[in-house]
This record gives sequence, structure tokens and C-alpha cells, in this order.
Amino acid sequence: MSSTLPASQHAPRAALRAGWQAYMPLWLMSAPALLLFAALVLVPLAMTFALTFYRFDPSSGPIAAFDLHNYVEVLGSSYFHTIFLRTFGIAALTTLLCVVIGTPEAYILSRMRDPWRSLFLLVILAPLLVSVVVRAFGWSMLLNTNGLVNQFFGLFGAGPFKLEYTTFAIVIALVHVMLPFMVIPVWTALQRLDPQTENAALSLMASPATTLRRIVLPQLMPGILSGSLMVFGLSASAFAIPGLLGGRRLKVAATAVYDQFLSSMNWPLGATIAVLLLVANLVVMLTYYRVLERRYARSMG
Amino acid sequence: MSFLTLTDVSKSFGDLQAVTGINLAVEKGEFVSLLGPSGCGKTTTLQMIAGFVETTRGRITLDGRDITRMPPNKRGLGIVFQSYALFPHMTVEQNVSFGLEMRSVDKAERKERIREALSLVRLDAYAHRFPRELSGGQRQRVAIARAIVIAPPVLLLDEPMSNLDAKLREDMQFELRAIQRKIGTTTLMVTHDQSEALSISDRVVVMENGRITQVDTPYRAYERPENDFVSQFIGKANMLAGRIVAREGDTIRVDLGNDLAETGSIAQLPERGRAVGVGDAITLCIRPEKLRLGASGSGRLAGRVTSRFFLGSQWLYRLESRAGEMLVCCQNEGKEPLAEGDQVGIDWHSEAIRFIAQESARV
Repeated sequence: MSSTLPASQHAPRAALRAGWQAYMPLWLMSAPALLLFAALVLVPLAMTFALTFYRFDPSSGPIAAFDLHNYVEVLGSSYFHTIFLRTFGIAALTTLLCVVIGTPEAYILSRMRDPWRSLFLLVILAPLLVSVVVRAFGWSMLLNTNGLVNQFFGLFGAGPFKLEYTTFAIVIALVHVMLPFMVIPVWTALQRLDPQTENAALSLMASPATTLRRIVLPQLMPGILSGSLMVFGLSASAFAIPGLLGGRRLKVAATAVYDQFLSSMNWPLGATIAVLLLVANLVVMLTYYRVLERRYARSMG
Repeated sequence: MSFLTLTDVSKSFGDLQAVTGINLAVEKGEFVSLLGPSGCGKTTTLQMIAGFVETTRGRITLDGRDITRMPPNKRGLGIVFQSYALFPHMTVEQNVSFGLEMRSVDKAERKERIREALSLVRLDAYAHRFPRELSGGQRQRVAIARAIVIAPPVLLLDEPMSNLDAKLREDMQFELRAIQRKIGTTTLMVTHDQSEALSISDRVVVMENGRITQVDTPYRAYERPENDFVSQFIGKANMLAGRIVAREGDTIRVDLGNDLAETGSIAQLPERGRAVGVGDAITLCIRPEKLRLGASGSGRLAGRVTSRFFLGSQWLYRLESRAGEMLVCCQNEGKEPLAEGDQVGIDWHSEAIRFIAQESARV
């Protein structure tokens, strides 16, 4: 993902002379993708952004106002502060858990022999094959007051605990969905690792634990980094799982947007929350990327 | 007792017998090469010494201590891997420092020893580079520095030159030998390149099919190969099959067929295979550079040049004779070489011949 292709400084002179004609096939070839991207991403995004400057009137709907009062409302209200903090808290915790669970998982997977390796890789990817709504309801059935988990606790005379409609439930379900997005990049990084480096560390009298910590783990950092970015971004903007497992009261940014659009019909405010979520997400991810990327760019490429 | 000994060491992977009953004693400060074609068990042997592969049978001792079952991170050997296995996320300096840190060497001493090791491999200026910013030869020198900085009792080299181009390989061979002389570390190198093994080792261990076939100094291994395999794997050789027709004391007379006969001494047979008698099959072995070419009609054997190869300092001729195909190597003396199709006479000194009794070839 960091591979910026070196700009072809020695571009053929002929291409320069031919001008736009030389680039015509390239433009034509990428046209379908460009059109799709423009129609489905850029235009709606621009429209959403424009909507944030509208004023909401309960009787007549959005009116063009071209002021920043929606931003003032979201950024000034402690209600929205809580929602944003919760959103990023959940995303950060999910990312952390995915790193902690996914990295060893990928490492063990890479050490397996083949019939087992393919089987377990499939098991890890399985959550992606089930609809997110079905999966969320599955967790809901497990975690509700009469669910399997509470029945299990009941055997020991404990509980029932309130597990559904908690941050805990949201994080658990998100980790379950997001794990493949962590395991796959780490797995890819492991494929690039020279297994002899581990033997080299051992031969230099490093214990197996030190070898993992100082030799293997740092080499996996690019994979962990890209996995974290994906998991964090997807978790921060997740809708179905927080919506179904968080209930009405435990709102995150995505569900708040939904409420503004469909319950309050306050589209401009919903659009503002959405744009702020996007910006905040970008800032967090870019900062994280910059900080770690700078450390590993030179050595790991 | 020798510094490093392998006693009856064997390794099998399932049904595959990779190494069978290896016995080897390496003296302190010696440079020994394990030489053999790929799949002969030489790398497996090295990995058993390193501890990455467990022995199925046998015993390995280092400086009198049994290390057969010791985990690799307790053996403290210096290893240079074929892929170099440098830590890509560490600078050259950090790579070299790692082994010292694991031995809890204090910072000041660490710094001094890293500086020494890097200057020994002439990489002082590259301490802060990352491995991916170095060339193949430089990476290899980092690998050597990393292995020797810990002052290991034994240095193990696994095909260290195989990823270098021919010119660089030659330079590194000299350099490796010079470094080894300077620090005096007992060194064991695995290689499939016979010229590399001959040029830098004190002794070569020739392996075939998981067994040792000969352990000798490079010169003796070349001059006195103990069997067909060694004579053909190390250098080139003309092999003429024959049969002993007479033996008188130490003198034998060998009939090579095609009206060709040769008289020689028992001393020209390998020590282990001297119990030969009349009627035994025997092979005459002579190196291409020990054959001389003369005018047609001279010498012991008439031949015709079928092809020639220019090697720079030498000409290698392939000749057709009634004893079969012969290889002859002549110095390039700046004179007009023979042309393909030329008729010549082939001659040799009787002392240049080695005999190999066919029993000993089947060891």
C-alpha cells in the first residue's frame, strides 16, 4: 500500500510529442472505473458535503443556508462528543484485540502443514461469507439474557448478566467480523519473512520468546499496520453490528447518522455527522500510518 | 580428543536416510569443508551441528561436551546462512550487535567489538545502512561479521558463496580464508563447489549419498582420490577400466584392453584398497593436465582431437582414442593450439597414474 510507483522521469519523448493522443488508450481503459467511482462515490460525497451547509426546517425540510451552524451544533454538544468518543473507543479497542488475537493466529497458521492450513484459513474467512445482519443476530441470541452464554453461567449459579446492548457486545461482534482483515495482511507479511532469520536469532543465543519479540514481530509490522488501518476504519464506520447489538441507547456515529436521516428527518445534521466521522477517521488513520510508516519505510520497504 | 567430533551421526526423515553413520573429528582452528553434490546430506550434517535438525542416532561433542541434544540457542555457534538471514528491520550495526546483546555484553565493549568486526569485513562505513540498501557481497560480509563478533567456538558456513557472482565469489574466498586465519576460529563450511572447497580449506570431507567417502587435505583428495566418485567429483579425470594380470611384490601389471597395458606400484592405490590380486578389476585414473600431447605416432596412445575449449590460461582438448574418450589439458603457451581433427600422440608418466581397485569404489 505504500508502494508509490516512481514517476517515470524518463518518459519516452514520443509520448510527449503525441500529447493527449498517447494517453488516450489509458484514459479509455480506466474510463469505466472512473465513471463508476465518480457516480457512486464522488458525487454523493459532494452532495453530502453540500448538505451540511443547509438548515433544517421541520415543516418544509432542508433549506439552503450556507452557514456552519450544523458544525457548531455537533462540535459543541456533549451528546455528540460522547457518541464520537464511544465510536473511536470501540474502533480502537476492536483494533487492539484484532492485533492481539490476529497476529498469533496468522503466525500459527503459517506454521501449519497443508491440509490443516487450508482448513483453518477457511474457518478464519468464514465470517465474511455470512451476512452481517445474520451474524449480528447470532451474537444477539448468544448474548441475550436467556442466551447460551447466560445459560452456561447459570449452571454455576452465576448471572444472568446483561451482555446484550453493551459496548462489550459490540466489540466482541466487531472483533469476530474484523479478524480476517487483520489475519490476511499479517499472513502476507509472514510469507515474505525469511524463516532462516529465526534460526539466525536462535544461533545468536536468543530465546524463542526473544526471537519472536525482536525478530519476527518487527518484520510483521507492515502487515499489522495495514491490518490495523483496515480494521479501525471499518469498525469506526460500522453500522449493522452497533445498531443491532448496541440497541437504541448505545449510539455510535454511524447509527446517529441513520437516526438523523430516517427518524428525525434532519438530513443536514446527519450529513454533518457523517462528514465529521469521515474527517476524524482520516485524521486518526493518517496520523497512525505516518508515525509507523516512517519507522519501517526504510528497512522494510 | 578433537575439538568438534561427530560419532556415528545419522539422520533419517521418515524412510529417507539423509545422513548415515558420519564420523568426523575437527581440530581447533581448522577450516574443514563438507563437499558433495546436492542431496548428499552435507547441509543436514551442518544443521545437526547447529542444532536445527535433531540427530536420529549418534553423538556430537564440542570441546569435550556432549551437545547432541542441546537446543540451538544454547550452543553459541556462529552461523552464516545461505540466504544470509540478516534481520531486515535492523541496521548493519544492530544486526551485528544482536548476538552480543543476547550475551549481555555491556554497551562500551559491545561498541568496540562491533567496530572491530565491521572493520574486519571492511564495512565500517556501512554501520547505519539497512540490509536492503547493501549489495549481495556486502550482505554476506555483514552475515560473517554477525557470526564472528560473538567469538563463537565454531563457525558454520552454509553454502556462503552460492548467491554471489563468479568474480565476487573468488574475492570472498580469499577474504574468508584471510579472516579465518586472522581470528583462528574453527570453521566448517558446506559447499557443492569443489574449487571453492579445494582453495580455502585445510581439509575436505567428500560426501556422497549421506556418507563420507573421503577426508583429506585438498591436495591429497585431488591427487589421491580413494574412489571413482571422488576422482570425478573433484576435478576432472580420465578413467580407464582394466584388470590386473600380474602381481609381483608391490608391482602390478594392468591390462587395459585394446593392446594397452600399464605397470604400476601398489603405492599408487589408495591405502584402504591395496589388497588386490591377479584378476581383480581396477581402474586407471589420470588427470587431464598430466597427459602430454606430442606428434602423431609418438607417446603411448594415438588420438584425434574432436573438440577444444579455450579456458584462458589453458586449452582443454577432447580426444578420441582406442582407449575411449580422453580429456587433455594443456597450458596456453601462446603458441598455435591444436585444431579439431588433428592427429596426436598421447603420453604420460607412470607416476602420474592412480589406480582404484573396484572393491574400494563400492565402499
